[in-house]
Amino acid sequence: MKSARPHPAWAPWFFLAPFLLLFAAFFAWPLVRAAVLSLEQTYGPGVGVFVGFRNFAFLARDPLFWTALRNTAVFTVGSLLIQMPVALGLAILLNRPSLRGRAVFRLIFFSPALIGMVFAATLFTLIFEKQTGLVNFALHSLFRGWNPDFPWLEDYLMASLILAALWLYAGFNMVYFLAALQNVPQEQLDAASIDGAGPWGRFRHVTLPAIRPVAGFIVMLSIAGSFQIFVLPYVMFLRTGGAGPLNRGLTVVMYLYKTGFLIGDLGYASAIGWVLALLLVAIALLHRALSHGETQ
Amino acid sequence: MNARRLARVLGRPLLYAFLVLFAALTAVPFAWMITSAFKSGGDFFLSLFLPAGNGFLGVAWDHLTLDNFRRLFREVPMARSLVNSVFLASVTSLFATLCGAMGGYALSRFEFRGRGLLTSLVLGTAILPVPLLLAPRFELIYHLHLLDTFAGYLLPQLAPAFGVFLFRQAMLNHIPAEIIESARLEGCGEIRIFFTLVLPLVRPMVGAFIIITFLGVWNDFIGPQIILQSAGRQPLAVTLAGLGSNYGNDYGMMMAGTLVSVAPIICLFLLLQKEFISGLTSGTVKG
Repeated sequence: MKSARPHPAWAPWFFLAPFLLLFAAFFAWPLVRAAVLSLEQTYGPGVGVFVGFRNFAFLARDPLFWTALRNTAVFTVGSLLIQMPVALGLAILLNRPSLRGRAVFRLIFFSPALIGMVFAATLFTLIFEKQTGLVNFALHSLFRGWNPDFPWLEDYLMASLILAALWLYAGFNMVYFLAALQNVPQEQLDAASIDGAGPWGRFRHVTLPAIRPVAGFIVMLSIAGSFQIFVLPYVMFLRTGGAGPLNRGLTVVMYLYKTGFLIGDLGYASAIGWVLALLLVAIALLHRALSHGETQ
Repeated sequence: MNARRLARVLGRPLLYAFLVLFAALTAVPFAWMITSAFKSGGDFFLSLFLPAGNGFLGVAWDHLTLDNFRRLFREVPMARSLVNSVFLASVTSLFATLCGAMGGYALSRFEFRGRGLLTSLVLGTAILPVPLLLAPRFELIYHLHLLDTFAGYLLPQLAPAFGVFLFRQAMLNHIPAEIIESARLEGCGEIRIFFTLVLPLVRPMVGAFIIITFLGVWNDFIGPQIILQSAGRQPLAVTLAGLGSNYGNDYGMMMAGTLVSVAPIICLFLLLQKEFISGLTSGTVKG
């Protein structure tokens, strides 16, 4: 094997060239600029004044930023608490070996994940509409006591957001769980049954430990995605300026977008971007520390 | 013991009932969107799905109308946006896949100085959130005089760090070093080796990555919203969001617009289910 002809020295660089050039221009360089910009106050592109760390100091006391952060956190936690059990539950139901029509169910559950945020948001704006919306219309027909003017998009912004996200991503996460469930050792499940373990016991002591690494990964991915939520609320609450009444629908990335591109302060927007990046890196490190603790 | 037997007898129908219920809940928004797109304004308020009448199955089929679609394409540059979406998504998915596959090939199947550093650089940046780069990229595109051009939107999409990572993994797993070496011994050129030997061996990854990139661009809103300002250049996502501010109360038209925007993707999905699911769950597209 040692006699094999080595590749020419230019070959790897030839294959890397297109990616590296574009990566340097549109990723690495903007990343450097993001650091510089976060120390500037700008009025649109090209007009910046150096202000040092004042953007970050201002951010720490900016009530709108804290509102955005709190809304985003509420959405993330709420989404996680509802979506994960539903996704895992559906995966467990679909994982029965004798189930008929599994492919069809999987197809249906997964399909909303294809729908872009703008399109889903447009659909859900009308679904949560007063009187004519699908939800209020259906609930009022089923339960006469239901108020057909129930103000989903005005007063229950986070609930409607979480429900829309549940529709979008429960099936998506289910596919991950379904793949993870393939790794649960059947012998251990059988052994637990013989030892007299019920369904819950088998789930707790066999299934859960076996899918824990994948579950951790899905939770990570969901947190990272939820923390960057923007288009869904922006389009769903478009009628109230995108942020909803009293900014109750304002999220971190929406605030970044509004300061950067509606007000024109790219510097402050970059500062928000760095805080977001820091939060996500912290969550990733926490996840790593936790999953390390498990393998030992 | 009796309870257990009861559970076993009832278990199966209950399981199916539960799954069917959930499938219905998932499908209902789709059904509502489709039926609303074909109803006139009056029928929208009177019926939940199809308007009641004396026709087949008790539905007033003759009430259904294509009017919403007609107005959509006449009053809004919807056809143009559809073409733009197809164009942007196809170009991006093709070239980003090529860039990613070539980069992944270099990082997985060649030995050279700086490989380790480059690999960790590419992987390390994948964790940074895209919104961080919105402002500096906008500034860069502005300085390059590419604002409101397709190139200004496309160029940053063509260097997928995550794609390089995915292809690197796929090539490490599916391409034995000996194959490449024996091709070299037979005098096969490096570029030919890549296109005729390497790419076919990672065909599933190529398919999956083309699909997730296509879908990512088709569904992207922030990117085109910031870069592409004139109506003639905007893709469906931006046009539909704009439709909401002008026609927000015209439900039939809104749903027709949404249907036109998602129908191509749903059709692709039905054709290529496996590639879609494996592509999407390789861990990207979200948001």
